[in-house]
Amino acid sequence: MFDLSILFASVLNGITTGAVYALIALGLTLIYGVLHIINFAHGASLMVALYGVYFLKEKIGLDPYLALPIVVPAMFAFGYILQRSIINRASHVKDENILLVTLGISIVLENLALLFFKSDTRNIETAYTLTTVNIGSAMIALPKLVAFVGALVVSAILLSVMRFTFLGRAIRAVAKEKHGARLMGIDVDHVYALCFGIGLACLGAAACFLLPAYYVNPMVGSGFVLVAFTIVVLGGMGSFVGALVGGLLVGVVESIGGLYLGESLGQVGIFIIFIAVLLFRPQGLFGARA
Amino acid sequence: MKDFSAIAVFVLLVGSIPFFTNSGVVLNFVMMALYACLLAQAWNILGGFGGQFSFGHALFFGVGAYVQVMTQVHLGCNPWIALLLAIGMSAVVGSCVGALSFRYGLKGSYFALVTLAFAEVFRIVSLSVAFTGAGVGLMLPLRESFSNMQFDSRAGYVWLVLGLVTLALCTTAWLRHSRFGAYLQAVRDNEDAARAIGVDPFKVKLSAIVISGALMGSGGAFYVQVFQYIDPGLAFGPHTSVEALVGAIVGGMGTLWGPVVGALTLHVLADVTRNLFGQLPGINMVVYGTVLVLIVMFMPRGISGGRFHLFKQTSKTPSISKEPV
Repeated sequence: MFDLSILFASVLNGITTGAVYALIALGLTLIYGVLHIINFAHGASLMVALYGVYFLKEKIGLDPYLALPIVVPAMFAFGYILQRSIINRASHVKDENILLVTLGISIVLENLALLFFKSDTRNIETAYTLTTVNIGSAMIALPKLVAFVGALVVSAILLSVMRFTFLGRAIRAVAKEKHGARLMGIDVDHVYALCFGIGLACLGAAACFLLPAYYVNPMVGSGFVLVAFTIVVLGGMGSFVGALVGGLLVGVVESIGGLYLGESLGQVGIFIIFIAVLLFRPQGLFGARA
Repeated sequence: MKDFSAIAVFVLLVGSIPFFTNSGVVLNFVMMALYACLLAQAWNILGGFGGQFSFGHALFFGVGAYVQVMTQVHLGCNPWIALLLAIGMSAVVGSCVGALSFRYGLKGSYFALVTLAFAEVFRIVSLSVAFTGAGVGLMLPLRESFSNMQFDSRAGYVWLVLGLVTLALCTTAWLRHSRFGAYLQAVRDNEDAARAIGVDPFKVKLSAIVISGALMGSGGAFYVQVFQYIDPGLAFGPHTSVEALVGAIVGGMGTLWGPVVGALTLHVLADVTRNLFGQLPGINMVVYGTVLVLIVMFMPRGISGGRFHLFKQTSKTPSISKEPV
């Protein structure tokens, strides 16, 4: 069998990937927890953010990490406008409706990207792309380590915003009881759009951390959609802690699965977890039973 | 019955097209439009009549396609028998997926996600094992003859797919008038109420996914016979799932002619955009996505259930919108 040090490296690798997954899933779980909608366009939005980072680097030479202050607000605005102008209007409250609308949006976004940028897979070159750091017996790529720390920092910021600020209180109030919140003078539509914006802003951050060690093509998001859903379902829909733990767990499962079953078949592990959780514990690890 | 005479007229009209023209462009258009109708109708049985939105109908399509080609290439089976096997196997897969997800009461978005996940699992597995040809895919050798289900002109394929569409139309018409169809629509509209009057929702939904999967599988088998090639992305990729669902929703879910109208509309639309903008990658999917969003926003009952009735519908069409609570 495999050496323990390989297993250790694989787990470490999984955790760093998992942190970025967690960041993507946090946005998804926030949107689900508050708006009670499943944002199918999450993967496509990540793809948009990745292209944003890519073109900032290619056209004006901006380092992906320095692009954070541009990409994150831009994705926030994109999400806010998307929710206010299309999703909210089309929703008619029913769950399936939003599912279809967000599916439609993701189809449009992905194929517009295909139309304008062709199906080429692109990546960027930075000075630190190939730098590695030694942790114990394992070597880990520097961008992945930065992504890991960055994802944790952003998650911590998001959690404390939700926990300690007035905005966070308002969001939690709307999530629990939107009619009551409206009676208390909270602009529910505004909060909805804010949440959607924050959810996509997480993707903006994730894109900045991902790209130095990853690539972008029009279909890159669809690979993340099911992974992010798996994490959200695993952790419990709407649970932030669940998304974090689930993200790390899925990252490790994918990495170990890849080690033992090979790169492509390793992904199956994620979907089997997904199906099993949906069937046997749909409330997730940290979710309350509905 | 009115529905069946309408179907007979439709079949006669469409079936006679190859007698008036042998233009490859026209026949190809008719064939592809009918093929799109078939997918939309298959989805409509589970999604429109059963209210269970599947995002992974490509699962059944892919199973049908792979069974069709594998039985011929590996076992030397006759394609007509292979077609029956493909339909049967898709039905079996449908019953497995349905038994699992309905047993545990998956509904709405959860059901949509789990079907998507099943399709992904099949895609990844078929990419990795040898007997599906892995990433290279499988080719069906070219041997034109009737017994080989390979025709020298498009007309043969038009009649073949027309036969499958007719099967789907008759099934749908049967759903509209039979006891089982009434049960299915009752479960869609209010599962608890249906249970209270003695309908077993599990059994009803399971039968619906089996029928729907079988028809979708026949679509996959047809695809392979025409294009003689299949790979994991074509078989289980999201494109086919989307095409099936958008066609049914745009035309009007839970109706007899809705999926036909929807699939035809989308097909014409895609062709027009192709003529306007030239052969650009992804342009027809942009059109599909936009139409889907617009329809859900402004005509939640689809074209045939909307204000202008193209076909008279007596039964109530399901609406995907609901009054705000």
